[in-house]
Amino acid sequence: MKSFSGFVIKEFKQIYRDKRTLTVLFGMPIIMLVLFGFAIRNEVTNAQIGILDLSKDEVTRTITQKLKASETFEVRAYLQTYEEVEGLFRQGNIKEVVVFEADFQEKLVREGVADVQVITDATDPNLANLVQSYTANIIRDYVRELNENENIQQAGITPQVRMMYNPELRSVNLFVPGLIAVILMLISALMTSISITREKELGNMEILLVSPLKPYHIIVGKVLPYLVLSIVNVITILVLAKFVFQVPFQGSYILFFTEAILFILTALALGVFISTAANNQQTAMMVSLAGLLLPTVLLSGFIFPVSSMPIPLQWISHVIPAKWFLIIVRGIMLKGSEFIFIWKETLILTGITLFFIILSLKKFKVRLQ
Amino acid sequence: MGDPVIQTENLTRKFGDFTAVDNISFDVKKGEIFGFLGANGAGKTTAIRMLTGLLTPTSGTASVSGHDVYTQAESIKKNIGYMSQKFSLYDDLTCEENIRFYGGIYGIPDKELKSKMEEVIESVGLKDVRNKLVRSLPLGWKQKLAFSIAILHNPRIVFLDEPTGGVDPVTRRQFWEKIYEVSNQGITVFVTTHYMDEAEYCDRISIMVDGRIDALGTPDALKQNYDTDSIEDVFIQLARSAERGDG
Amino acid sequence: MVIVSEVHKRFGDKKALKNITFKVETGELFGVIGPDGAGKTTLFRILNTLLIPDEGTATVLGKDVNVDYKEIRPLLGYMPGNFSLYKDLTVEENMKFFASVFGTTIEANYELVKPIYSQLEKFKNRLAGDLSGGMKQKLALSCALIHKPKLLLLDEPTTGVDAVSRKEFWDMLKILKSEGITIIVSTPYMDEANLCDRVALIQEGEIMQIDSPKAIVETFRKPLFGLKAENTYKLLKALKTYPQAHSVHPFGEYIHYTEKGESSNTEALKTYLFEQGIRELSINNIKPHIEDSFMELMQSKQEGKHG
Repeated sequence: MKSFSGFVIKEFKQIYRDKRTLTVLFGMPIIMLVLFGFAIRNEVTNAQIGILDLSKDEVTRTITQKLKASETFEVRAYLQTYEEVEGLFRQGNIKEVVVFEADFQEKLVREGVADVQVITDATDPNLANLVQSYTANIIRDYVRELNENENIQQAGITPQVRMMYNPELRSVNLFVPGLIAVILMLISALMTSISITREKELGNMEILLVSPLKPYHIIVGKVLPYLVLSIVNVITILVLAKFVFQVPFQGSYILFFTEAILFILTALALGVFISTAANNQQTAMMVSLAGLLLPTVLLSGFIFPVSSMPIPLQWISHVIPAKWFLIIVRGIMLKGSEFIFIWKETLILTGITLFFIILSLKKFKVRLQ
Repeated sequence: MGDPVIQTENLTRKFGDFTAVDNISFDVKKGEIFGFLGANGAGKTTAIRMLTGLLTPTSGTASVSGHDVYTQAESIKKNIGYMSQKFSLYDDLTCEENIRFYGGIYGIPDKELKSKMEEVIESVGLKDVRNKLVRSLPLGWKQKLAFSIAILHNPRIVFLDEPTGGVDPVTRRQFWEKIYEVSNQGITVFVTTHYMDEAEYCDRISIMVDGRIDALGTPDALKQNYDTDSIEDVFIQLARSAERGDG
Repeated sequence: MVIVSEVHKRFGDKKALKNITFKVETGELFGVIGPDGAGKTTLFRILNTLLIPDEGTATVLGKDVNVDYKEIRPLLGYMPGNFSLYKDLTVEENMKFFASVFGTTIEANYELVKPIYSQLEKFKNRLAGDLSGGMKQKLALSCALIHKPKLLLLDEPTTGVDAVSRKEFWDMLKILKSEGITIIVSTPYMDEANLCDRVALIQEGEIMQIDSPKAIVETFRKPLFGLKAENTYKLLKALKTYPQAHSVHPFGEYIHYTEKGESSNTEALKTYLFEQGIRELSINNIKPHIEDSFMELMQSKQEGKHG
């Protein structure tokens, strides 16, 4: 028994003295709790919507006001024509457009029925459902009010729901683009950082440094195999997605692959950057997982919509490359977006990539200290 | 010197069709300092693993401290001390904590452990660093501490695997003086080393080549047999004929 | 070839190198001898430009290690401790890799590495991780040589390797020296010092002495005696209690002994030992070994420290 307790005590002491592991052991759960707690929202807040009011009468204005007033929605755009709807969705941030047909109030009073179209971006089916049902609720409440206040017989405002881009509300359509991002992060960032730090751990890095190989030779050489592997992975996922899961692919393949390569470069640059800071594989792995993978899964909009998160987390999500990539990829795959719709995101991604490449080159020590 | 503490007869260990240890037979007497030499790959480590109860032989017999290596491996482990160059102490524990830990593992009662702790600290000269992490100690002190800990529980026999590698010449000798002391107290010492002059400190030595023991005897006897005045030369003569050695 | 002047290097609050000064001439086989922790690896890393000294300067082939590192690196052949080979590449693949990294091929300098590499060739398709210690050593040396460096820096190439392989390794170094390559080798094995042209004895970051092995041994001032008796351990203990003893060190079956003061009185010693129960004693005058010098220097250093 004594030898057993001695052993247990030793284990505790060793763990306690390994400050790095301690940080992860205690820090990680806290971070995860905060992230999960705030990121997973079943409520919707501040969803950006657009209003196309072809009638502009009292009823439509009232409904619009109510939508504006609710916490759930933020009216961002006032459209003038029906043709603008498609473009608005393509641009990315609008989740729903509420369309009031012409002569709304008149129709309501005269015929007792008026049409309001609720068009929702269903690339995220869960969000779409929520947004749509909130809208329907607000309209229904108003209808009840009307029935009480005014003499409108059986006032019916029937929301016609149209789910764009993902009419069957298939979750897999939501996941697959996100999965591409997560897998690329995993392969490119994690594996690259491990590969470089393994060289350091083994001591082989010493000889490479002393050789005529320039630092960027070493980096590019380390990174190239993972670039190729990642491209193969992307193709594999796409093939599976299309043929096994029937995920739609509306846009241009060339554009898609170009953007994918850009994102791979981003992930690789991050992997290299982590390896310049880490001295052994374990550190590289922990930082990659905790600092890259976890935020990517939680904060990029992969599963949980960013717009529902508290503001600070939304700010953080701006820094996560996967978030921008997801907008791009979902745009291309599900909405058929062309470049003019995603140039902003592409630019941001390019900027992040360049930033980390330059930083890594600077940090890559030509010496051991 | 007395009865054998180690007895082996035709001890063999195969890994697939590779015979790492090939029918070795030898005895080690109580209180002896026995030098177990051989080139890298000659089979030393495998042989030691069998004698310390870590590996079961393929064939042949062996007993350590009266316990059979096949059936009483656990008893063997309780009765021996072990120290290897690669690892013996926990770098992230202090000197005291290491002593306390191993004391606990060996089942040494608290009171006795306390006095033993002071003995060790005194004899290795660790008074000023007793609460410092072992990581911060110079190699020589680590080795001396590791040795003291290996014999903390007064084992009948202590196995030392290249205990003096890389250490300065003075510390090496201090280490061997400790080995002498310990042997004088009746503890048998089974040691391997790459320093040929250390072979001379032993009462008897054996040299392994290609899994066999090709030489066994006192240093003087071996030097006479091979007609030379240094153990190094004996070693080189034997090793030259080795097939396994390199590759 | 190499000039090191008043170099200091610290890691945190530990001083790894203190005021190191020495020169190595072209074509020399120069040994850095000292135990673990003496500072050998740190010194090597400064010479191969991987570390910058805190104070002092070092030049290799006339170029400063700090400023001109880019020009120095291609001229060096470096073999770090642990042999830094790629365990999951074969022998031949390792050679090809290191050759290409230095912009050359195995064929180009084959003659130079032949004496060493020829022993490996029959294993050329074996993974480096599956080689024995002695073979890894030879492969690492070949890889360090393949680009025909002007200066070879070998950091503890013989550590942990058996006596035969060690001997063979030094034979190879002799061959390389005859090809005009300057070699700086570090080792904890004192007996290897004798195989060098000149050696620097280093301990705790300081150089204790630099000279040819012969000259170092000649500076051993006191008369040295080798004592042997029936029971070595008893003799050892008895000698240590002798008031006139200056140094008592076991050396295999003999004990090396020096006395305090300028002259030695062996008769008095014999009497004392006899009284202590030592039998079959023999005392001989012997020539000092490099190890004796090293330990003597260590002792003086210790005594110097404590006043």
